[in-house]
This record gives sequence, C-alpha cells and structure tokens, in this order.
Amino acid sequence: MVTAVRRMLPVVGLVAVLLLIWEGSKVLFGISDQRLPHLGDIVTTMFTRTQGGNGPLLLVQMLINAWATLRVAMGGFFIGGLLGFGLALLFMRMPILERGLMPYVIGSQTVPILAIAPMVVVGLGRMGAEPWVAKIFVAAYLTFFPVTIGMLRGLRSASPQSLDLMRSYAASSLQTFWKLRLPASLPYLFASLKIAASASVIGAIVAELPSGSSEGIGVMILNAAQFYNSRPPALYLAILVAGLIGVVFYGLVALAERLIVKR
Amino acid sequence: MDTPIIEFERVSKIYQGGAGPVTALHDVTLRIAAGEFIALIGPSGCGKSTLMRLIGDLEQPSNGTVRIKAKTPDQARRDRDYGIVFQSPVLYDWRTIRKNVELPLEIMGRPKDQRRQRAMELLKLVGLGDFGDAYPHQLSGGMQQRASIARALSFAPSILLMDEPFGALDEITRERLQLELLSIWWEAEPRPTVIFVTHSIPEAVFLADRVVVMSPRPGRVQRVVEVNLARPRAFETREDPQFFALVTEVRECLRATETAG
Amino acid sequence: MQATTVSTPAVRSTDQVAKWFHILWPPVLTFLVAIALWEGAVWLFEIPIYLLPAPSQIMATFLERPWFLLGIGMVTFSNALMGSAIGCSLGVLVAIFCVRWTFVADGLLPLAVAASAVPIIALSPLMGIWLGSVSAASKIGVIAVMTFFPTLVSVYAGLISPRADALLLMRSYAAPQRDVFLKLRMPAALPFLFNALRVCATLSMIGAVVAEFFGGPRNALGVYIKTQAGILRTREAWSAIMVACLYGLIFYLVIVLIERWVMPWKQRHSGQ
Repeated sequence: MVTAVRRMLPVVGLVAVLLLIWEGSKVLFGISDQRLPHLGDIVTTMFTRTQGGNGPLLLVQMLINAWATLRVAMGGFFIGGLLGFGLALLFMRMPILERGLMPYVIGSQTVPILAIAPMVVVGLGRMGAEPWVAKIFVAAYLTFFPVTIGMLRGLRSASPQSLDLMRSYAASSLQTFWKLRLPASLPYLFASLKIAASASVIGAIVAELPSGSSEGIGVMILNAAQFYNSRPPALYLAILVAGLIGVVFYGLVALAERLIVKR
Repeated sequence: MDTPIIEFERVSKIYQGGAGPVTALHDVTLRIAAGEFIALIGPSGCGKSTLMRLIGDLEQPSNGTVRIKAKTPDQARRDRDYGIVFQSPVLYDWRTIRKNVELPLEIMGRPKDQRRQRAMELLKLVGLGDFGDAYPHQLSGGMQQRASIARALSFAPSILLMDEPFGALDEITRERLQLELLSIWWEAEPRPTVIFVTHSIPEAVFLADRVVVMSPRPGRVQRVVEVNLARPRAFETREDPQFFALVTEVRECLRATETAG
Repeated sequence: MQATTVSTPAVRSTDQVAKWFHILWPPVLTFLVAIALWEGAVWLFEIPIYLLPAPSQIMATFLERPWFLLGIGMVTFSNALMGSAIGCSLGVLVAIFCVRWTFVADGLLPLAVAASAVPIIALSPLMGIWLGSVSAASKIGVIAVMTFFPTLVSVYAGLISPRADALLLMRSYAAPQRDVFLKLRMPAALPFLFNALRVCATLSMIGAVVAEFFGGPRNALGVYIKTQAGILRTREAWSAIMVACLYGLIFYLVIVLIERWVMPWKQRHSGQ
C-alpha cells in the first residue's frame, strides 16, 4: 500500500506540473479562453444543462454517450476475442490449418479497417443492418488479430521439458491443455487482450465518425468541435471522456488479469 | 613475501537485507603478492564473489580496509588496474570480436592503429586470430569466453579478476581453456595478479599458487592451501600424485567447513 | 562455428537469390490467391458494389486517375512522415532525459503506458482548432503525439536494457558517463528503437488518414475516402485506400532497410 502510494507520487506530481503549465501559459502568453479554457471552466461545464437548459447535465450526457461507445467496444472485443481464441486453439490443434489460414489472418491486417470504417458503416447501413452492427464489426476486427497471435504464442510457450514431463505422466492432450498449455498461455493472452481493449475503443470511436451516427463519444466530439466557438470547454470534456473510456477498459482487463493470473 | 599488491585488513561486508542484516564477509585479513595466481573456493554464500568484488571496487567494505598497490580500490579502478572476466562473456553483440577487444582501449583513449594492433595480437594469443571480424553470436561459448579474456588483457591491467569464467562451459572445453589461460598468464608481460573464483576443486588446484578456502555464514577465510606444483604446468600435471594429494587436501578442508557450519 | 564457412561471392549471390525466393514465394502466392478469391466471391455472390467492389474494379478505378490519387496520397503521407519524425525524435530525446534523471521516468513512464490505452486520434479536432482544421500542422500534431509515446516507452526500455554485468564492465574501466551512454546504452537501444519505428510507420499512415476524417484539406486521402464513401462511390474510396496501403508499405520497408543497414550484427540472425 505504502509502495503503491510512493509509486503514484511522481505521476501525481507530474500531472500537477502539467496542469500548472496549462494555467501558467495562459497567464504568461495570454492565450485566450477561446483557445485554451481555464481548468475550472471545464469542470463547471460538466454541470451545465444541455438543450438550452432543459436537458440533462452535460456530464451525464457525456457519460451516457461514453457508455454507448464502451458497449460497442466491449461487444466487439468479446466477439473478436472469442474468434481469436478459437482460431488460436484450432491452429494449435491442426498445424495444417495454420499453414493454410495464417497468411490470411496476417494479410487481413493489411486492410486498414480504421480507414475503411466509413465504408463499412455506410455499406452495411445501406444493406439494412442496424448501425451498431458495423461498429461492432470494426471493433471485433481490430480485436481478433492480436488475440489470435498472442494466444497462439502463449499456447506454444510451454517449454519442451514441461511437455516431456506431461508425456511421462501419460497425460491426455486435454489434461496437458488444462494443466500446462492454458495456464502457460495466460500472460500472453492478457498482454494481447490489453492491446485489443485499446484498439477496440479506437475502432468504436472511428466507426462513429461517419455522418448519420446518433450516439457515442465520437459523435459528441464531432458536435463539440462543430459548436466549439459557443462553448470551448465542451470539446475538452468530450476528449477527456474519450480518453477515460480507453483507460477504464484497459483497467478492467488489467484487473481481470490480476484476479485470474496469480503470480 | 614480496610487497603485497592486494591487502585485506580485517575486512567485513554486511548487507542490509529484507530479513535483517546479512554478514557476507567476516573479518578477512589477506595479503596477495604481485604476479600471484590466487583461487577462491567455497560453497555458495561463502563470500568469495563478494571478496572479488571488494577488490574490484564493485562494492565497498562495511568495516576494515582494502588496499590495492597501497591505494584505495576506487583509485586503482581509476588507474585502470583491473581486468574483469565474468561467468558470461558479456560481449557487446553489436561489435565484432575485434571491436569488443578494443572497447577498453577506446574508452582509455588509445589511438586507433595502436588499438587495432593490440587487439589482433591478443586475439592471436587466445587463438581467435581468424575471428576478429565475426560477431559474438557466431562463436561458440568457449570462443566467446576467450574473446572476453583477450578483452580483459588488452590494456595490460596489473590485476585480473575472474568470476567463475569457465563455470558455464563443458568439462572438455574447460580443461583446455585452463591450460590456455595458464600459458597466456605465464607469458604476459608484465604478468598480472589473478584472482580466480571457482566452484571446482581440481580447477583451483591446477591453476593457482594458493587456494583460499572459504566457509559460509558468515563468509570467512577457512584456510589458505599452498600449491607447490611446478610451473609451467601441463596436461600431465593433472595426473601427478602431488596434484591428487592437494585436491584431497582442499576437499577435506571444504568438508570441515561444512561440518563446522 | 559458422564463421569458418567462407563462401565465394558467386555462390553466395545465388544462395541469396534462392533464399529470397524461398522467403518470398509463400506470401506472394497467398496474396494472389486471396485476390482471386476476393474477385471470385464478389462476382459469385453478387456482392453489391457499395459494400465491396472487386479488386479488378478497384484497380481500374485507380488507373483512371493514378497521378491524382498518388498526389493526394503524397499530401497525407508527408503529414505521416513529418509527424512521426517529430514524435519519434521527441520520444528518443525524452527517453534519454528519463535515463539521466530517473525521477522524470518515475512520473512520465506510467503516464506514457496509460497513453497507449487512450484513443489519441480523438485529439484531432482539438489540434484542428489550435493549428487550423485544414492545415497540415494539425494532422502532423496528432501523428506526433501518436508516435511519441510508443517511441518513448520502447527506447527507454532499450536504454536501460544492458545487464548489470555489462555496466560493471564499464565501471571497471572507469568509463565516463558519456562512454557508457555512447558505447553501451545507445547501441543496446537500437533494436528497441527500430521496433518502435516499425510500429510507428504502420500507425502513422493510418493515423494520418483517420485524422483527416475529422476534417482536412480537400486534396487529402482521408477527406477523399470519407466523402466518396458518404456518397457510396465505394470503388473510388477503395482505390484511395489502396494508395494509403501502398504508402504505408513503402514507409515500413524503408524503415526495415535502414534497420538492416544500421544494425549489421542483427542481419545474420534473421538469415534463417
């Protein structure tokens, strides 16, 4: 506990210094509120009402939209994660399949899904799919690749000696999987899940950018940017919340790792 | 004894561990003459590596004084009195073998052609004359360790500190390198003082003028065994009855430390 | 003892060709098969063109106006290049600071790791407001931030990677700090630096395209893709994406080439 506080101290210190620079540079260089609002203004903006004073608090609205984005990211993460996990198992069991399909798995990443996200959204929308389908597709696409690669590497990480040991016990391949390969692969799996968590949030946000989307933090960012002149702090708040979504999701995966992988 | 090059005067080393202080070395007094070959032997935890690291100024004593050529170890290090060989070769993998041997000379600011000539000389001496342009990963473990010996000798240090240098090698390579090390040391001009840490009793006896037997908890010098085998030593030395007698003596000595501890 | 097997230059060059052929043919074949499958699937299942055009259509669209597409690709690519140049150099500089003054590292590195979880692309509109939404500067700014953090984390890990033995060796030579840095830490960090650069090469080109989704000059890839996709001219959008991939690939390959040239000792490792 004490060590955790001691480790956080320099981080908190640095953040404090950065915030000081923020306010200090406003004073020193005379940066207008229009370009760089006061930190206090960003806080007070959270508690202003939306829709001309009749809607919910801005912070509440932001969080509702953040939840919409996080939901999409989690959905895609879940589907992509399962797919990646399944592919890795399949590839480990059947090396023939790996030799045949792995190049396509790797090749799939040469298509920059983020760049084609607008087309996926518009195209799938035209086919009559719900908007969330395309968003989840993008997030899942970004998730499955790191998970496949990480999990496969993890499943292969058991040392030859430990495999020989299992063999000497005449352990079945299922036993070898549960007692050796799976536990050995967990650190690798979680390393890739953490990468995937951030990627799926980015995917969800970018998939919200094409015109026509109605909810999500990406939409909030676009709106706040459009009406920046009337209320600058809102954009800062939206970006802050977007960052928060990434950190929260990453944190959840890291927490799951803590609970599952006991070292 | 001649004027000692290394002097330990009632030296102790205490580490502050998580479970209270640990005495790694207790009240060691030892004198080593210039040009001597000293082997340090003992079970793990007896402080033999600590002793070596105190000489090399890689650590500082808690009590007592260490003198190197009547100087502090720190001063001796600044005067470049030490060549070090670790258990792993610690060659920089982005440098060719020759450039690795040149490294200390570069740091000491020697001119380029002199560096190069000296490195080639030493590589020939350790039998790596043809491998100057190879990268470390292209050499076997034994060859890498030879290169690291050449690097340690490149600036002709007066003291050579060797921390289980052959510990990671197979027995056959090991015996060959022991012989090579002796001939390199014997022919080196000026002949360095060698402090050689080892786990192997025959290795200690075969190489050293004196074997310092150490005992653990707390680490201290148990006995110093004089090795009166003729030099230069050869392959046949290992078959000499006197060699066996000395090996047995050191072994008995080590067993006594066990029963005592 | 590979070093003893010295081969004549002639033998070596044919060896080299055979080796490259051996490395290259599976991916090339896979690529061709994938293109054929894609083409076949589009015709066979009559996939609507607004969803996924066939490779032949994309190529044909590209060939209608190759110079236009390569030109707007260059605009976006130069942003990616400038941004990563700035972000990566700053990353290296700050990493060096972190090694010299460890309290900076204690504060900054946890933040830099956290930054990898943050969708930095969301900064785009803000950069647009600070530096002008259609200006190149705002895109360069986003890419710089995007590449700064991974470079910092990776290069710092490289600079502190030398093991205790290697540092003690330097100590035994009474080497000055400058030598420890130039002869040990820097070369040890090079493989880490190039890992980061390769990641950044991929990241920055896609990042530059996506940053333009938030707004940018009309003659840039991202804006072109977004507007064409918006009016369901998918072939045009896909041909622009092809151009983005091309530039990204070139960027990546240039980094790999520099890497081979700068780190000759690694080259023979990967020669298998």
